[in-house]
Amino acid sequence: MSPARRDGLAPPRAVRSRTERRVRNAVALGACAAAAGVLLVPIALLVAQLVGRGLPALRPGFFVHMPKPVGEPGGGMANAIVGTLILIALAAAFALPVGVGAGVYLAEFGESRLASALRYVADVLGGVPSIVVGVAVYGLIVVPMGHFSALAGGLALGILMLPTIVRSTEEVVRLVPQSYRHAALALGAPRWRVVQQIVLPAARGGIATAALLAVARASGETAPLLFTALGNRFWSTRLDQPIASLPMMIYDYARAPYPDWNAQAWTGALVLFLMIAVLAAATRWTTRRIR
Amino acid sequence: MSSGHLTTPWSASARPVARRGPVHPDDVYRVVLQALGFAVLAVAALIVVECARGAAPSIRAFGWHFLVGTQWDPIADHYGALPYVWGTLVTSGIAMLLAVPIGVGASAFLAELAPPAIGEGVAFVIELLASIPSIVFGVWGMFVLAPWLRSALEPWLIAHLGFLPLFQGFPFGLGVLNAGIVLAIMVVPTVTAISRQILRSMPRTMNEAALALGATRAEALAVTLDAARPGILGAVVLALGRALGETMAVTMVIGNSSRISLSLLAPGATMASVIANEFTEATGKLYLASLVEIALVLFVLTLIVNALARLLVLWAVGGRRDVAGAA
Repeated sequence: MSPARRDGLAPPRAVRSRTERRVRNAVALGACAAAAGVLLVPIALLVAQLVGRGLPALRPGFFVHMPKPVGEPGGGMANAIVGTLILIALAAAFALPVGVGAGVYLAEFGESRLASALRYVADVLGGVPSIVVGVAVYGLIVVPMGHFSALAGGLALGILMLPTIVRSTEEVVRLVPQSYRHAALALGAPRWRVVQQIVLPAARGGIATAALLAVARASGETAPLLFTALGNRFWSTRLDQPIASLPMMIYDYARAPYPDWNAQAWTGALVLFLMIAVLAAATRWTTRRIR
Repeated sequence: MSSGHLTTPWSASARPVARRGPVHPDDVYRVVLQALGFAVLAVAALIVVECARGAAPSIRAFGWHFLVGTQWDPIADHYGALPYVWGTLVTSGIAMLLAVPIGVGASAFLAELAPPAIGEGVAFVIELLASIPSIVFGVWGMFVLAPWLRSALEPWLIAHLGFLPLFQGFPFGLGVLNAGIVLAIMVVPTVTAISRQILRSMPRTMNEAALALGATRAEALAVTLDAARPGILGAVVLALGRALGETMAVTMVIGNSSRISLSLLAPGATMASVIANEFTEATGKLYLASLVEIALVLFVLTLIVNALARLLVLWAVGGRRDVAGAA
C-alpha cells in the first residue's frame, strides 16, 4: 500500500502497457480456473480409489454376515451397519425434538436475550471438535454408568446434530409467509395452534431436509464414538452395552496389519460413502422441491 | 448485528387479549419451547463444565506449564502438551497454505468467471467433497497418499530441498506432511463454498463499474475480491477452526509421535490425535486428566477461532444470516 496523499487519493501508479495488462489478465484468470481444476483432482482420485478398492469385496454378504476372524475369507460388517443405524436413531431421537423445539422457539418467539444467546451457543456448538464432545460424554455418561454403551454414543452423535437442526429449523420456519399466521389468528386460533397446525406443517419439508443433513453429517462421525460406543466385534443391539458402528469398524480394520482386513476397510469406506452420498443427494432434492 | 431482520411474528410475551383462568395454553406452549432452548444451552454448558472438571487434577498439578512442557511421559506421570499444540498448529498451517490459494482462486472462478452451469456443477462436487466423512479421508491417506509420499514426493523433497530443516530426515510417508495435505483436502470445500457465497452476495455494480472504466476482467475481479476481503478471511478462519479440531483422518496418517521435530517428514501428533489414541488406554488419574485438559485447550482454541470467523463473515455480508448461515 502506498501512503495516502493530502487529497486522500493514492498516488498514480506507473501505467502498465496494454500487452502487460493482457498478459496479467490471462495469467490471473488462468490461475483461478486452474485452482478450480486442482480442487477436482483429489475428489476424482478419492472416488476412483474407493470404487476400485472397495467394490471387489462388496457382495450382498457384506451386509448380512458377521465379521470373520483374521485369515478366513468372506465375512461382512452386518453388526456395524445395524449398530450405525441404531446409533443414528438414538441420536435423532434426542436431537430432533430438542433441536426442532429450540429452532421453532427462535423463529416464533426469538426476540429475547435468551434467544440471541441460544443462537450464538448453537453456532459455537457447531464448531466444537467432535472429539471434545466424545470426551465430555465419556465423563457425563460412561463414567457414571460404569461401562461404554450405545446410549452414550447416540447422545454424543445427537449433540453433534443439534446445531444444524436448530439453525436450519429456525431458518425454514421463518420462510413460512406471515399471511398464514395472520389468517389463522383472524379465524380465532390461539398461537400454539397456529404454530403447531399451520406453520409447522408448512415448514415440514424444510425441517425434514435439516434432519437429513444432520443425519448425513453424524453418520460418518468416528471420533465421538471412540470412548462412548467403543465398538463391538459381536452382534449386539442392547442400548446399555458397547455397540459396533461402521466408522469404528473401518478405523480398526484400516489400522490392522492384515491385508484382508484392510481390503474390508475399503469396502466399508465405500459403503459409508455411498450411504452419505445418497443422504446428501436426498437433501439436495428436497431443498430444490421447497424452493 | 441489527435486530431488524430478526423480528418474530408476535411479541415474545404480551398477550393480545386478557384471558380468564390462571394458565393459558399459549403460555404453556411458549414455556415448553423455551425449555427445549434451555436444553441446548445446558448441553453446551455441560460440555464445558465436564471438560473443566475432568481436567482439574492436571490443571492443579501443572498449571500453565502444561502448555509449554515438552515432556509427555506416562511412566514418570509428567505431562506437557507442547508437542501436540505444535503438531496441531503445524498441520493446520500446512493445510491453510495449500487450501487458501486454491480455495479462493476456485471460488473466484466459480462465482465470477465460470458459466453458471459449470459453476453449479462444480459447487455440487464440492458439496460432495465436504460430506465425505473424516474416516474415509484417513483410509485414503493411509493406503494411497502415504505410499506415494514415501516413494515419490518425499525422496524428491529430500534430494532437492533437503538443505532446509523442513525437509530433512527419512521418507516415512506417514507424518506431519501427510496430515497437512489430507487436512487441506478436507477444509478446501469450506473455504471455496463460503467464499463463493460471499462473492455472489457482493453488488454486481462494483464489477460492472470497473469493467466500464476499462479494467480487464482480472482487474475487475480484484476490485470485488478486495471488497469481499473480510468475508473471505472469515471463511479462511472458519476452515482453520475445522482443521484444528479434525481428528480421525489426522490420527490415521500423522504417525503418532510425541517428539517435536522441525521436519515435515517426521511423524508427529496433534491435540485431537493424542486424545483419540491414548484416551481409552490412559491408566492413572493424572494421565486421563491431562488428556481431558488437552480437550479443554482444543475446545477453547476452536471457540476463539470460530467466534472470530463468524464475526468476520457476518460483518462482511451485512448481517445476512442466509449467507452467514452457510458458515
